[in-house]
Amino acid sequence: MAERKPIKGITKERVEQLIEETLAVLPEKAKKKREPHLGANEPEASTCAVKSNKKVVPGVMSQRGCAYAGAKGVVWGPIRDVIHVSHGPVGCGVYSWGTRRNLMQGIPGVTSFPIDFTSDFQERDIVYGGDIKLEKLLREADGLFPLNKGLSVLSECPVGLIGDDINSVAKKMSKELDKFVIPCNCEGFRGVSQSLGHHISNDSIRDHVIGKREFKEEAGPYDIALIGDYNIGGDVWAAIPILEEIGLNVKATWTGDGEIEKIAATNTVKLNLIHCYRSMNYMCKVMEEKWGIPWIEYNFFGPTKIEESLRAIAERFDAKIKKNVEKVIKKYKPKMQAVLDEYRPRLEGKTAMLFVGGLRPRHTVGAYEDLGIKITGTGYEFAHQDDYDRTSPEMAKGTLIYDDVSEFELEKFVEELKPDMVGSGIKEKYVFQKAGVPFRQMHSWDYSGPYHGYDGFEIFARDIDMAINSPTWDLVKAPF
Amino acid sequence: MSEKKKLRQIAIYGKGGIGKSTTTQNTVAGLASLGKRILIIGCDPKADSTRLILHAKAQDTVMDKVRELGTVEDLELDDVCRRGYGDVMCVESGGPEPGVGCAGRGVITAINFLEEEGAYTPDLDYVFYDVLGDVVCGGFAMPIRENKAQEIYIVVSGEMMAMYAANNICKGIVKYAASGSVRLAGLICNSRNTDREADLIEALAARLGTQMIHFVPRDNQVQRAELRRMTVIEYSPEHPQAQEYRALAQKIVDNEMFIVPTPLEMEDLEDLLMEFGIMEAEDESIIGVAEGA
Repeated sequence: MAERKPIKGITKERVEQLIEETLAVLPEKAKKKREPHLGANEPEASTCAVKSNKKVVPGVMSQRGCAYAGAKGVVWGPIRDVIHVSHGPVGCGVYSWGTRRNLMQGIPGVTSFPIDFTSDFQERDIVYGGDIKLEKLLREADGLFPLNKGLSVLSECPVGLIGDDINSVAKKMSKELDKFVIPCNCEGFRGVSQSLGHHISNDSIRDHVIGKREFKEEAGPYDIALIGDYNIGGDVWAAIPILEEIGLNVKATWTGDGEIEKIAATNTVKLNLIHCYRSMNYMCKVMEEKWGIPWIEYNFFGPTKIEESLRAIAERFDAKIKKNVEKVIKKYKPKMQAVLDEYRPRLEGKTAMLFVGGLRPRHTVGAYEDLGIKITGTGYEFAHQDDYDRTSPEMAKGTLIYDDVSEFELEKFVEELKPDMVGSGIKEKYVFQKAGVPFRQMHSWDYSGPYHGYDGFEIFARDIDMAINSPTWDLVKAPF
Repeated sequence: MSEKKKLRQIAIYGKGGIGKSTTTQNTVAGLASLGKRILIIGCDPKADSTRLILHAKAQDTVMDKVRELGTVEDLELDDVCRRGYGDVMCVESGGPEPGVGCAGRGVITAINFLEEEGAYTPDLDYVFYDVLGDVVCGGFAMPIRENKAQEIYIVVSGEMMAMYAANNICKGIVKYAASGSVRLAGLICNSRNTDREADLIEALAARLGTQMIHFVPRDNQVQRAELRRMTVIEYSPEHPQAQEYRALAQKIVDNEMFIVPTPLEMEDLEDLLMEFGIMEAEDESIIGVAEGA
């Protein structure tokens, strides 16, 4: 892949000076801790120099979540036919209820469960333990919603503090109900971010789910699974048709619009396609080691990356699939060209800065570039070194890379680099909009989507154009 | 004109099994026989801090009732307060069986409930907190946090582990003394008939900066009374052992020595034990060497 041309005005020297100026206000100790997490991109280096996956510096405003958020919100929540129990006081369950836009099929309360189930801990449950209540809850929930295919138990902090044994309750109830009852010890205080919650959830899939069911249909040579696509705004539904069109058979989706019994049978597919590497690489590696299933990363944001990914996927299959891939690419070319013809002239030469979770800060770069937008800065809330190593080659030399960036730092960076748009989370949205900077909420696709696949790119292009070229920004002036 | 009463709140700590509950109840019975009005709060999930006063193990602990009613808000003071010998009011915090839940939180919940519901009535002279031996978490330190017990008595004997425990409790008191008004009021020696026991505890008390407020001799009369679920004071008021507890009660009434303790370093404590022959001087050459090695 050809290295990107440097972006005008974005140089290593300027970026390093900006970092230095920004950190100057911090106390010495905090500054020393933050410094390694910020840097200018060096695509030619073998590894990204930016440090990651460390504890938040006390006193700064971080955008991170907790292990429970990573388990409930990210990995478990999207599985549609499972009752997800937030085990502990009511708040964690309620405030993670329907907040992530992981869409699902089914009839709510009958075959899908986008409902908040919580054990609603009281003082007595803390003092006497919540195991008995949990057992009762599982039995009642199963009785009230009998078409569920399983129940997950997601521990909140107090459960870990008082040492409740949810694992033995789950074991007992799994036997009694003859269903999946999956304990997940994802107490929020564990780890430095939501990232550990993903890992713990992967481990609970490994220990309690994978290999425990079989697909109804016979195995075929084109069986694949989608891993780490959470169907935000319907992304899974935009990705599946393309894969089917090239002749593959999507047997399971992890976990967007997911079904637990299909997830449990995934150990028989021929290839795992992983979208969000950060949150699900663990299970891909487990399936590779235990069942010899290879996996590859793919990227369905924007036509360039879609084509690249389709061809890479085709390499893993026979001539028939390769032929289909070329046919599909050709088929959608005119549609994509029409999108580019409409939007690219209005977006060419614009710049954007990103700060999202564990994947999009690198995966969406190609889609912006298809539209002629350059990314001047990017970073993750909770990524690890292997994510940053995958990011460096996607970014131009000298661009700004920031890990677990604080609100203060991000504001300063945006103020100085003046991007035409910022793509980040709900906590950043109004800060930047009030400052007169166009913004898109890139965790939930800002109530839009899908952004994956050919269908998604059309919507993505429209949304980005709508944000950047809205006449609003010329009509209002921030009073400060 | 009646003199305005000042409520004295007292917490009893000490190593598990040292005789805290027995000493507390006999002392309280002694105070009651002196005409004092007292509330005992048992801060131990075993709920045996009021058995000798009530002649029965408390059936309705605060946490048992909370469990039964669902929430602490539905609980009434009358549900959990019982009157026993000498009009002593008795409450047990209660809590889970060993191995489940959080007993410490039970103590916090119970004490908060008693305060909010006004269990500390103006006619009371004393509140006694009888706390689980090992202060394993913050919950069991609840009685010595701000605005609760100001006086702490530690029950101790001449046995090595009891003295270690007493010293450790003093470290806890130092921590809370810095932020509140809690003070060490003395050591109560509950004799185990070890050698030179009184001298040893006197010496330990001096090192801690406090006093041995009383030496309670060992006497089987205590066990005879306990078999009848009674204090010695009630069972045999004329017995010499009853005199001992009344004497201790009177010393507590008159006590004015409330100090921030100076806990000993482990080495100093061991030196003290060696001085009194409780511990032999260590032979470094045998440390970590197995028998027959």
